[in-house]
Amino acid sequence: MPDLLEVKGLETQFKTREGIIHAVNGVSFNLKEGETLGIVGESGCGKTVSMMSLLGLIPMPPGKIVAGEAWFEGKDLLKMNNEEMRHVRGSKISVVFQDPMTSFNPVLTIGKQTAEPYRIHNNASKGEAYERAVKYLELVGIANAKERLNDYPHQFSGGMRQRVMIAMALICEPQILIADEPTTALDVTIQAQIIELMKDLREKLGMSIIWITHDLGIVAGLAHRVNVMYGGYIIETAPVKGLYSNPQHPYTLGLLGSLPRMDETEYRRLHSIDGLPPTLLERPSYCPFEPRCKFAVEKCRHSNPALQEVEGEGHFAACWVNPKTGKEY
Amino acid sequence: MAKGEVLLQVKDLFKHFPINQGLFSRSKSKVHAVDGISFDIYDGETLGLVGESGCGKSTTGRTILQLYRPTAGEVLFDGDNLAKLKGEDLRRKRRYLQMIFQDPYASLNPRMTVGKIIGEPMDIHNTLKGKAQLERVEELLELVGLNPAFLNRYPHEFSGGQRQRIGVARALALQPKLIVCDEPISALDVSIQAQVVNLLEDLQQNLGLTYLFIAHDLSMVRHISDRIAVMYLGIIVELADRNTLYAKPIHPYTKALLSAVPFPDPFIEEKRKRIILEGDVPSPVNPPSGCRFRTRCQYAKEICAAEKPVFREVEPHHFVACHFSDDLK
Repeated sequence: MPDLLEVKGLETQFKTREGIIHAVNGVSFNLKEGETLGIVGESGCGKTVSMMSLLGLIPMPPGKIVAGEAWFEGKDLLKMNNEEMRHVRGSKISVVFQDPMTSFNPVLTIGKQTAEPYRIHNNASKGEAYERAVKYLELVGIANAKERLNDYPHQFSGGMRQRVMIAMALICEPQILIADEPTTALDVTIQAQIIELMKDLREKLGMSIIWITHDLGIVAGLAHRVNVMYGGYIIETAPVKGLYSNPQHPYTLGLLGSLPRMDETEYRRLHSIDGLPPTLLERPSYCPFEPRCKFAVEKCRHSNPALQEVEGEGHFAACWVNPKTGKEY
Repeated sequence: MAKGEVLLQVKDLFKHFPINQGLFSRSKSKVHAVDGISFDIYDGETLGLVGESGCGKSTTGRTILQLYRPTAGEVLFDGDNLAKLKGEDLRRKRRYLQMIFQDPYASLNPRMTVGKIIGEPMDIHNTLKGKAQLERVEELLELVGLNPAFLNRYPHEFSGGQRQRIGVARALALQPKLIVCDEPISALDVSIQAQVVNLLEDLQQNLGLTYLFIAHDLSMVRHISDRIAVMYLGIIVELADRNTLYAKPIHPYTKALLSAVPFPDPFIEEKRKRIILEGDVPSPVNPPSGCRFRTRCQYAKEICAAEKPVFREVEPHHFVACHFSDDLK
């Protein structure tokens, strides 16, 4: 399948009082048509910042995109002016945000907010846009969608609001949907509803999805490929099964080991990753995970490894050491 | 007291919060946060309390500690009914019952040093003073894996995981018997969660502590608990030891809840069939008649609306509140 989006060497920084925060340090990846890409990492690893950089949603200043290209339909998203970006954002690439409580305007009706992207991008009349809003609200499972158009966000529960947000993101039939932790604020039974809904919609509409999360469980059942991020870098990328059955970066290994599993019959002490995530105040010349890594060797302290193909096709890791053998490659 | 004896007994505990409205703030209705629950906590065990947001699990923890005074019911500890104790008598009991809070950013006073924070319980209960207190604080810091030299630092100088360790040290300051852990890890990153869970397990082993572990993360609760109680809309629907609950759940809500948890394994996720619950949790202001879960339950019949199911022991040490528990075994 052809690449829909190609990101090369993306670097985003923020200027703060303490110094420059190196949030994203040269991130490159491709997204294929119809593919669901999971982006996994802990808070502050750059997963959200890298995606928001693509859509010009980084507040500048203090933010600044220092380098990189992002090719979509023959154009570089990072070089677009506001007007050009407006035609992409919300219509060809749209976003579902994490918090369904604060992402709506509380004084506008659900109908108006859901129909808005379609009215703006397709120059549609109000009647036409509302009709389409009803169609998409029904698609995401809002009962009595037509009667509920005049309701306000506070009249919906968290799970229902997230459904409305998905309807809003899909109303222009985007090619790419960026889902930024869309289920983190929801309860687990509601989360299961939303995940099933997304799987269903993906099949019906055939869009590509970038799913940002810190939950390795969600990605396992949803993504085709996974990028694992740490300290502003992608440190491992692989097809989903390869990543879980054969993790190659010590950080990925550590993350999987720190999770309790419900299918374990024997008690097992969790493997914690000692230490803390990096502060991002410098762009390290060494491996960013080195201070917490059990496998670190001398080389890791001097030189930051790039992604290299390590295990089977499409499985890349940025590490000098093979964690299986404990030896350098 | 020997390990395995009943340490604390909760009998028919109710906690209702009035909703005050209108002139003279007359209370028109009330939130049925905890609506008649009974269980025992054994000495040296970890009892997990799980449920979705708003089910009353945190209220249960706080009502046991008398941070909220119960509307009705008994909390028996050490020969006394805490619900009836007042003033000095209650204060004297409090040192044996401590709490670790969810949010390590909000639960430590930003204007107090770490030494003051951990020493405060000793001041209040007049246990140790001056140099002896200082030594005890250092000892506690070491116990929770922090450098004793951090004594004079302020909370903002620490990361989330380290702050949670400070909270643990404060809870340990008076050598309590029972610690209510109210979602102690849900605000932490995945790699840090395992650190704190391992610490809690070590402390339990070394100091013979008893935990009431409140959480919504079912895989973590399974990992840390000996027995688990599942709450839904103010009542306990099922209680069993951890292996039984996860291998042979009986209550339809427990089944749905367990099936909703994503597994960090793409091979298992591929084959899993989820029970997707319809709709949302009803409001605790107006809970459904009869069985609380009937509005979302696929097995619901007329009797479920008419009669409250009794919370009874259907198999040894396995309690369920469902009219059809025998059929669902």
